[in-house]
Amino acid sequence: MSNIPAELKYVASHEWVRVEADGTLTIGITDHAQGALGDLVFVEVPKVGRKLAANEACAVVESVKAASDVYAPVAGEVSAINEALASTPELLNSDPYQAGWMWKLKPANPADVAALLDAAGYAKVLETA
Amino acid sequence: MSEPLIFERSSPGRAAHAQRPAAAQQLSAIPESLRRKAAPAMPEVSELQAVRHYTRLSKRNFSIDTHFYPLGSCTMKYNPRACNTLAMLPEFLQRHPLAPMSHSQGFLACMYDLQEILKDVTGMAGVSLTPMAGAQGEFAGVAMIRAYHRARGDSARTEILVPDAAHGTNPATATMMGYTAREIPTDAEGDVDIEALRAAVGPQTAGIMLTNPSTLGVFERRIKQIAGIVHDAGGLLYYDGANLNAILGQVRPGDMGFDVIHMNLHKTFSTPHGGGGPGAGAVGVSQRLLPFMPIPIVGKDGDHFRWLDEADLPQSIGRLSTFMGNAGVLLRAYVYARMLGRDGMRRVAEYATLNANYLQARLRAQGFDLAFPGRRASHEFIVTLKRQKQQLDLTATDIAKRLLDYGFHAPTVYFPLLVPECLLIEPTETEDKATLDLFVDALVAIWAEAKRDIAYVKGAPYTMPVRRLDDVRAARQLDIRYQPAR
Repeated sequence: MSNIPAELKYVASHEWVRVEADGTLTIGITDHAQGALGDLVFVEVPKVGRKLAANEACAVVESVKAASDVYAPVAGEVSAINEALASTPELLNSDPYQAGWMWKLKPANPADVAALLDAAGYAKVLETA
Repeated sequence: MSEPLIFERSSPGRAAHAQRPAAAQQLSAIPESLRRKAAPAMPEVSELQAVRHYTRLSKRNFSIDTHFYPLGSCTMKYNPRACNTLAMLPEFLQRHPLAPMSHSQGFLACMYDLQEILKDVTGMAGVSLTPMAGAQGEFAGVAMIRAYHRARGDSARTEILVPDAAHGTNPATATMMGYTAREIPTDAEGDVDIEALRAAVGPQTAGIMLTNPSTLGVFERRIKQIAGIVHDAGGLLYYDGANLNAILGQVRPGDMGFDVIHMNLHKTFSTPHGGGGPGAGAVGVSQRLLPFMPIPIVGKDGDHFRWLDEADLPQSIGRLSTFMGNAGVLLRAYVYARMLGRDGMRRVAEYATLNANYLQARLRAQGFDLAFPGRRASHEFIVTLKRQKQQLDLTATDIAKRLLDYGFHAPTVYFPLLVPECLLIEPTETEDKATLDLFVDALVAIWAEAKRDIAYVKGAPYTMPVRRLDDVRAARQLDIRYQPAR
């Protein structure tokens, strides 16, 4: 069973969201997603300053098996990216919720986060998949 | 045993001419000013060394001529020798592409006939043979869709719809032509989700790209309804010919309502492919796209064949290659089509489908899980190893590698992306029952091995010149160019 931290929010397309103290959102892909993809060999994150719509495909994760899009959980502007992923994509495999974070987002509407799945809701998504 | 690179065999001054006297090697006709000052970085080997090197490598090929090659969605069928023999006639080989039309009537007649045969078997109004590969055929097809909308002064169409089961080339082509690719989901039975399609079409829809049978190995049953929905919205239908082999002579894309189709002649019409190619991606169009076809096309005035060019098709999307595509490959496809005839083409689809369904039924009986157990296979089908992965940690890659030891090329693995741990298996019509049975035996044996000793299967292959590669390290530390030792 994959790790689903209780304090995070989730999207059915396997992204996680952490609300930071200053209101920005940190975003990555879940433990389940990295396990399903296998060893990652390439990660592309959106540029800082890019404005994203909710559910917009804005990042790519590529394993030896397949390349997959990663989607913006809510609308907002990219405020920071994890530069380390360019040279060490394996961080997404080894530590998906901490060192493997992908980008930070300044949400257009902070209330949007409330509509995302909680840990129990995401666990249900995985069960029925 | 590993074979060194030809560069590693190199020795300064060694050359093909070996014992031939130096006086006979003078190329004195080339003026001094035109000769290069430094030698090119080519391997310096004798003729015999070069011959042995490449002969040894060729003996290690896994190819149609040596092994069963059930690579799904690739239609790796046998290429009849007769096609090659006739296409290699000196009268074809030695015809210069700039030879006058009066001296090229034989070649042009073959190309004209091939256009007519392809029109007939696909139900399209026109065919251009010039695209040099499947990807270029797709490019040409979407370029014609764009040209059609522009010619009507309709610039609002910015989207191409693509089912999530599509080949990756479809959204890539749409994007390359300046469209936004919009994904349409597939339902649990493998058909396009009609309600999602209805919700997605509109005045922004330029067209939809479909493969039928789809990459899931099933026939899209509501194709007429889909065609109606897209046409009513003003969009066009693009047929990806990847799986044309399944329906050859049985159903025609033109009758299903498609406006443009590309045919992979290197698949359906049995010209060499899979690294051997080159490919050929002929396109067929409905009446309304005729003016936009890529040139040159072969036309006929009475008994005389001639190239149709810009003067004949002023709205053409233009030329895709210097001459007429891969002419030698087109000749092979022509011979193949003529050898089969109308009845033979029907048999191609029937036997391709029969072989796939036989293999599917036998694997199901042996306990393998099908991705779409409720559907009949078209010419290919999908086995999912989701259960074996959970129970034994046996993956699609493990089976693919171990199959090599049993003398079979692996099926397509991890595609389509929708199905976890999948094998996409396409036997084609050219395999006999005995081979299919041996393939089933091998899969059953590998599963049994995995139950006994999964580590052994994960160590495969054992009989190949190269053992299991570290594909993750290879991708992370890309090293693909030879660097001479200094």
